[in-house]
Amino acid sequence: MRLLTHNMQACNIKGVTNGFPFRVEAEEVMEKQVDFNADFLRNLFPKIEWKALVEASRAMGYHELPDEADSSLLDSDDFLQKFHRALPQLHLEEGAFVCPETGRKFPTALIKCI
Amino acid sequence: MASGAINKLGFSQEPPAGVLGLGLTLNSERQGQRDSEMWYLCVFYHRLLDYRKPEVEALAELFGGYEGGIEKLEWKLPLHHHPDSPFHFVNLPSELIARNIANRSILVKGIYELWGEGSNFEELEESVRSFPDERKLPFLTSDSTFKITVDSFGKVMSFQEQNDWIKGLSFIPFKGRVNLRNPDHKFWLMETDDYGSNNGLPPIVQKRIFFGREIGGADRKLLPTYQLKSRNYIGPTAMDAEMAFLMANQALAMPGKLVYDPFVGTGSILVAAAHFGAMTMGADIDIRVVRDGRGPDCNVWSNFRQYELPMPISLLRADNNLPPWRSNLKEIFDAIICDPPYGVRAGGRKSGGRKLLKGAVSPYTVPDDKRTDHIPSTAPYSLVECVHDLLDLAARMIVMGGRLVFFYPVLREDNSVDTDFPKHPCFKLVAACEQMLSYRYSRVLLTMVKIAPYTEEIAESAKLKHLEFKENHLKWLEEGNLHSAVFSPVNPQSDAANDSKFNKEKPKYRGKYVFQNGKSISNVAQNLVIKCQLAALING
Repeated sequence: MRLLTHNMQACNIKGVTNGFPFRVEAEEVMEKQVDFNADFLRNLFPKIEWKALVEASRAMGYHELPDEADSSLLDSDDFLQKFHRALPQLHLEEGAFVCPETGRKFPTALIKCI
Repeated sequence: MASGAINKLGFSQEPPAGVLGLGLTLNSERQGQRDSEMWYLCVFYHRLLDYRKPEVEALAELFGGYEGGIEKLEWKLPLHHHPDSPFHFVNLPSELIARNIANRSILVKGIYELWGEGSNFEELEESVRSFPDERKLPFLTSDSTFKITVDSFGKVMSFQEQNDWIKGLSFIPFKGRVNLRNPDHKFWLMETDDYGSNNGLPPIVQKRIFFGREIGGADRKLLPTYQLKSRNYIGPTAMDAEMAFLMANQALAMPGKLVYDPFVGTGSILVAAAHFGAMTMGADIDIRVVRDGRGPDCNVWSNFRQYELPMPISLLRADNNLPPWRSNLKEIFDAIICDPPYGVRAGGRKSGGRKLLKGAVSPYTVPDDKRTDHIPSTAPYSLVECVHDLLDLAARMIVMGGRLVFFYPVLREDNSVDTDFPKHPCFKLVAACEQMLSYRYSRVLLTMVKIAPYTEEIAESAKLKHLEFKENHLKWLEEGNLHSAVFSPVNPQSDAANDSKFNKEKPKYRGKYVFQNGKSISNVAQNLVIKCQLAALING
């Protein structure tokens, strides 16, 4: 499960009003190579919930992302590289997503390919 | 949509007056301006007729930066040609754009800079001679290599004939050396014949010969590479490679874009989008296809590995009827491409199960120890509801100007299809390409562009509609059932009539703009011949 997908999803169990963002419980994290494309990152940046991305990436042991980010950072190559590593490359291999409201766990056994 | 010309039968249409003449005036007026607007000869493969022009229009948008939308692309037909003819003229802003379009396309055999045309060799020679030297000579220099290909539509030419034709071109001062393998410049001498019917097209009254320099052409080698029979993991409704590429072209897939397929199945559409460099994401309600496939080396991921394409960002097990997205997520996909399950070969499913089918049953609660890997049960999903959900999802999740490309089934009655396609206030339909699947039904590839933002009101009315579908689940299942319409027996009388007709003459060619009964083709052709003879008499 990549962080881009994590950032898009919310828990849709019946009755849950705010199922975003899932808490990440990481046991094994991998980085999977994806071709770098600055336009792709620039297009996606305004749609990302930054706080959720930062928290999830830290839960997965990646601490390079700044607490706050605005679009002026998109000119910095250094930032784009870090953003690239976090958003499409970082992969949760083993672990679970936890619904912030009900505490229901979605283990990677269920979401491995996701 | 296709330009006006294709909507008419073509016979009543005024033939474009001296297309070449027009091209020539344009050229002489704008000498030296190589990159000004120009008419190019665009020759198509004679297949998937409805898909040919929309593909070029979509690619023109992708490469050409047509700001006002694609309706601007102008088309013309050669003298007396039927709209289904493979020969067209298209107005493009520059040779570079023309090359990009041709090379990326699937159905363009070639785009050519036309050096001359005529209804016989003398006319052709005159026309090539009057084509300005400054446009010809740079491609005839002694340090270049070239090749001339002779091609004909609707007949086979012997090697001897081809040679004679090439010799007939000796009036052009070719200085370079011939190289058949890898020439710098490729020239084409093409002919449409005037006898009988051309691959089923109504006959053309006068034959036409074209001579031009190739700008680019489709790389059809892609198709054997990606053909389904050599792909590891396929399902019963995997999308044929050629069609998948056409869909990816309609969706303007390219590097830097994110493409989503909500009915991903074995990933056959995303493979095509990934080939053109797009990032991909897919979802399916069937967990077997997204998680397991048929084993470690036979699943959607292995399909991407097989072609050395970048892996999808993710494959989700998700229900389109109950999407998993966070509530404030919108405008994130550049395109959604899909082939929704329309209940003919495979039916759709949504979350639900017993309750929806049998009415109220005592609520089933998943025991806590089974909860972690519980996968909800599913119930049939009617086509109407499926398309409603798709349009709603697309309206919310596609960026402004992004595209929704999907197949929509239609029943064929009296050789015509109902053109009442699904509509949505956020979308404008830009192309509808029909592919006939059987005598009874077709599927139409719809291409829509997002032109308006997804507002609160639209979201609200979609929610109401969603509830209505839920309440009347069974009714919609019955009403929207395409399977029975396609497979139920037709009434016996007309069946017998049809049968005998079919045995006698199976139409070789079933075009939208050609009567499908052999008799009417010849009638029309005859009328056309008479009309043209009359015209010739009147004009002296």
